[in-house]
Amino acid sequence: MDDTLSVELRGLVKQFGTVLANDHVDFAVRQGEIHALLGENGAGKSTVMCMLSGVYRPTSGEIYLHGQLAKIHSPKDAMRLKVGMVFQNFRLVPTLTAAENIVLGESRPIWRTKGWMAKKTAEIEALATRFGLGFPAGRAIWQLSVGEQQRVEIVKTLYRGADLIILDEPTSVLTPGEADQLFETLRRLRDEGKTVILTTHKLKEVMAVADRISVMRKGKMLATLDKSATDEREVARLMVGQDRKEPRPRQNRPGGETLLWIKDLVVIGDHGRHALDQFSLKVKVGEIVGIAGVAGNGQKELAEVLAGLRSWKTGTITFRDHLWKGASVRHSIESGISHVPENRMKSGLAGSLGSVDNLLVKSYRSSERSKLGFLKTGKNRLWSQNLVEQFDVKTAHIDAPVHQMSGGNQQKLLFAREIHQRPHLMVAVHPTQGLDVGATDGVHNLLMALRDEGKSVLLISEDLDELLLLSDRTVVLFGGRAMGEVTHETADREQLGMMMAGVSASGESL
Amino acid sequence: MKLGYRVEIDPSGKDSPWWVTVMAVVLAFGLVAVFILVTGKNPVTVYTKMLGGAFATPFGLTETLVKAIPLMLCGLGVSLAYRIQVWNIGAEGQFLAGAMAATAVTIYLPGQPAWISLPVMLLAGLAAGGLWGLFTALPKVFFNVNELIISLMLNYIAILGLNYVVFGPWKDPKGFNFPGTPPFTDAQTLPAFGDTRLHFGLILALVAVVLAAVAVKYTRWGYELRLIGANPEAARHAGINIRRHVIFVMLLSGGLAGLAGMAEVSGVAHRLLYGISPGYGYTAIIVAWIARLNPFGIVVSAVLFGGLIAGGYSVQTLGLPSSISSLLQGSVLFFLIAGSILGKVRLRRTV
Repeated sequence: MDDTLSVELRGLVKQFGTVLANDHVDFAVRQGEIHALLGENGAGKSTVMCMLSGVYRPTSGEIYLHGQLAKIHSPKDAMRLKVGMVFQNFRLVPTLTAAENIVLGESRPIWRTKGWMAKKTAEIEALATRFGLGFPAGRAIWQLSVGEQQRVEIVKTLYRGADLIILDEPTSVLTPGEADQLFETLRRLRDEGKTVILTTHKLKEVMAVADRISVMRKGKMLATLDKSATDEREVARLMVGQDRKEPRPRQNRPGGETLLWIKDLVVIGDHGRHALDQFSLKVKVGEIVGIAGVAGNGQKELAEVLAGLRSWKTGTITFRDHLWKGASVRHSIESGISHVPENRMKSGLAGSLGSVDNLLVKSYRSSERSKLGFLKTGKNRLWSQNLVEQFDVKTAHIDAPVHQMSGGNQQKLLFAREIHQRPHLMVAVHPTQGLDVGATDGVHNLLMALRDEGKSVLLISEDLDELLLLSDRTVVLFGGRAMGEVTHETADREQLGMMMAGVSASGESL
Repeated sequence: MKLGYRVEIDPSGKDSPWWVTVMAVVLAFGLVAVFILVTGKNPVTVYTKMLGGAFATPFGLTETLVKAIPLMLCGLGVSLAYRIQVWNIGAEGQFLAGAMAATAVTIYLPGQPAWISLPVMLLAGLAAGGLWGLFTALPKVFFNVNELIISLMLNYIAILGLNYVVFGPWKDPKGFNFPGTPPFTDAQTLPAFGDTRLHFGLILALVAVVLAAVAVKYTRWGYELRLIGANPEAARHAGINIRRHVIFVMLLSGGLAGLAGMAEVSGVAHRLLYGISPGYGYTAIIVAWIARLNPFGIVVSAVLFGGLIAGGYSVQTLGLPSSISSLLQGSVLFFLIAGSILGKVRLRRTV
C-alpha cells in the first residue's frame, strides 16, 4: 500500500434506485496536494465527495485513507478519520456566532460559561490566523459575508482536526475577488501539510490552483492529470467527451424574421448580483436556440424574465415587434410565450389536482374555457379528455391527482398544455430532466414538431447531447454573459466545453 | 435479514378516507366517556341525555339549529381562507366586530323602520368583519407577518373592545348595571320562524353555503383558489396574483364571520352582551376541518357541533358541567388531526 496517498478509492459504486451515479470510480489523492475534481453537472463529483465524508454509503467498493481500509458510515466517522467537508450550501446556524457554530456538536462540557466560550473563541481565532482565514468570530453568521461564512466552514473542519479538506463547488457562491482569496487559503493549507480536494466545473480555477486534476463524466472517472503536463483544451475535451450524435434532420431552414430580440439585458438574481449581465440574444422564427451552460450562470433568470416572472434592470426585450414594458406573466402568456419550467412538479403542475385542472392552468381565462366568470365545466372535461388522448398521457382518470403519474406522463401533460396554447415561442428548461430514454425521445419529437410548424423554441439545457441534437444554434451562457455560439453545422463539443468552463472561443478567460 | 414490520411515511399519501372523520368522532366520544366515568356518572345516560337534549325535542332541535347558524357562517368563512392556505383563526374577533358594528347601527341610527335598519345592520356586520379580516391580510401580504399570530391577537382586541362598549358607553341605563346594550326594537330584530328562537339567519347561512359551493366549484375564481391551494408556485406561473386573492378571501372570510355576529345579536340575543360568543369563532375551525372545507359538509358538521353545545347545556341537569361539550369538541379535533397524520404512515413487512 502506498502510504503517500491520502485517499484512495477503489471500484466505488453508488446507485440511487435505477440511476448509477458512480460507476466503479478509482481515484487517488496524494498527501499534501490540491486535487481538483472536474466534471459537468451530474457527472457524479458530489456523490464521490459525499461518500468520502460519510453522507452516503457506497453501494460497493472500498475507501482507503493513508493506506488503511476505512469504513465511513456517517459524517461522525469521517470526522474521526480526519476528513472534513465544506458543502456548497453551508451547514451553519444563522443566529449563532461564528465561534458558537464551530464548537457546535462538541460534547463537553455541558455548562458553557462565558469564560469557556472566551477560551474557545481565542483558540479558534489563533487557528484561523495560522491559516490566514480571518473572520469576526464573535459575530452572528447572518451578519457575515458569504466568503466569511465559507472561511468559518473551513475553520470548522480544521478545528475538528481534519487533515483532508473537501470543498464542494467552493467558488460557486463567491465573487471573483473572494475566490482568489480562497485559492490563497487553499495553497496555505497545502503548505501546512493538509490535503485539499475541490470539485468544480470552472477550468480557469482548476488551472490556477490545482496540482493534479481528475475528470469525471457520466459517473465514470476518466483520467487524472498533472497540471503541469496538460492544458485547458485537453481537460475540456475530457470533460465533455468526444462522442458526437448526428443532429436531427430538419425540414426547413429558419426564416429571416426575428421573433425575439433581447438587447443588453441586465437582471438581478436572488443572490443580489447580476445574474444576466449585458446579455443579448436574437431568436428567429422557426428556430430552436439552445442555451448551454452550467447551472447558475443566468439560465434560470433568463427563462423567468421571458415567462414574465422576473423583472429586469436595464436593456430591452422586443417580441414580435413589440417592446416589452415590464414583467407580467399574463402578458407573456397572451403574447404567445409558453414556458416549460425547470421543475415540473414544483412550478408547472399542481400535484394534488387532476389532469383537467392542470390543463386549464394557462387557458382558463379564455372565452373557450370560461364565460362570465364561470368555467365551462362539461366542455372543458371533453377538451381535457381529448388532449390527454392526443398526447398519449397515461393516467387512470382525468380527475386522478397528477402526482400519481410517472414523470414522463407528467411532462407530456405539461407539454400538452403548453403546446395547446399555440405559442410563438416555447421556453423549455431542462425539459427531459429525470425522464427515461423513451420519454426523452417523445419530448424531443414534440420540440422538433413545433419547430417544423414554424414555431421557435428556446431550449435551456445542461445536456450537451440534447442541445446538439435539437438546436439550430447553441449559445453558451457563462457568468450571465453570452460566451459565444455554435451552429448545428459547426457544432464542436470541445469548443462548447471550453466556453461552458469560462474560456471564450478566442482563448481568453473571463 | 430480520423478518418483521417497519413503519414508513408515505409522503404522497392521499387525503384520509371519509371513515377517518367518523372514527375521530367515535374515539372522541370514547375518550370523554372515560372522564364521565371518573365523575361517577354513566356515559351512556349522559350521551343519551345529550343527544336527546340536542335533537329529540322541538325545543332542543331549534336550539341546536340556532347554535349551528354562527358555526356555519364562521366555518364557511375560515374554510375559504384555509383553501388557499391562509390560516385565519380570527373568526372569533371577526364575529365580535360584526356584532358590534350591527349594534352600533341600533345605537347611532335609532328609530328606523325594519327595511332600513336590518339591511344597514347586515352591511355593517359584513363590513366590520371584513375589515377585521383585512387587518390580518394586509400585514401578511405586505410585510409577510404570520397570519396565525395577527388573527389571534385581533381576537383579543375585539373581545376587549366588546367589553369596553358593554361596560361603558353603550351600557343600558335601565339594565341594573348588567353589561349589555339596551334591547333592540322589533325593527332591529331578524324575523323568527313562528314563536321559536330560530331566526332568519338560518336562511342567510344556507344561501351563503350554496353561493360558496357554486363559486368554489364552477367559477374561475374558485379554480384560482384551488390552484393556489394546491401549488402556489404553479399559480404564480399561471399569472395569478396571489396577494390580491389573499386580501379578497380574508375580506370575505371575515365578512361571513361578521355576518354571523350580526345575526347573533339581531336574531338571538336582541342586544349586545358581555360574552356574546361562547367561542363560535374557535369551534368554527373544527367545523371547517371536519367538513374538509366542503361547504355542504360544513352544514352537517355545524349542526353536529350546534347539537354538542345545546346538548352540553342539557347535561347540566345531571350535575355535569356544560364544558363536557368543549371537551368533546377538543377531542374530535385531536383525533381528526392525529388521523390525518397517521393516514400517511404505512406499516410494511420487511423482507
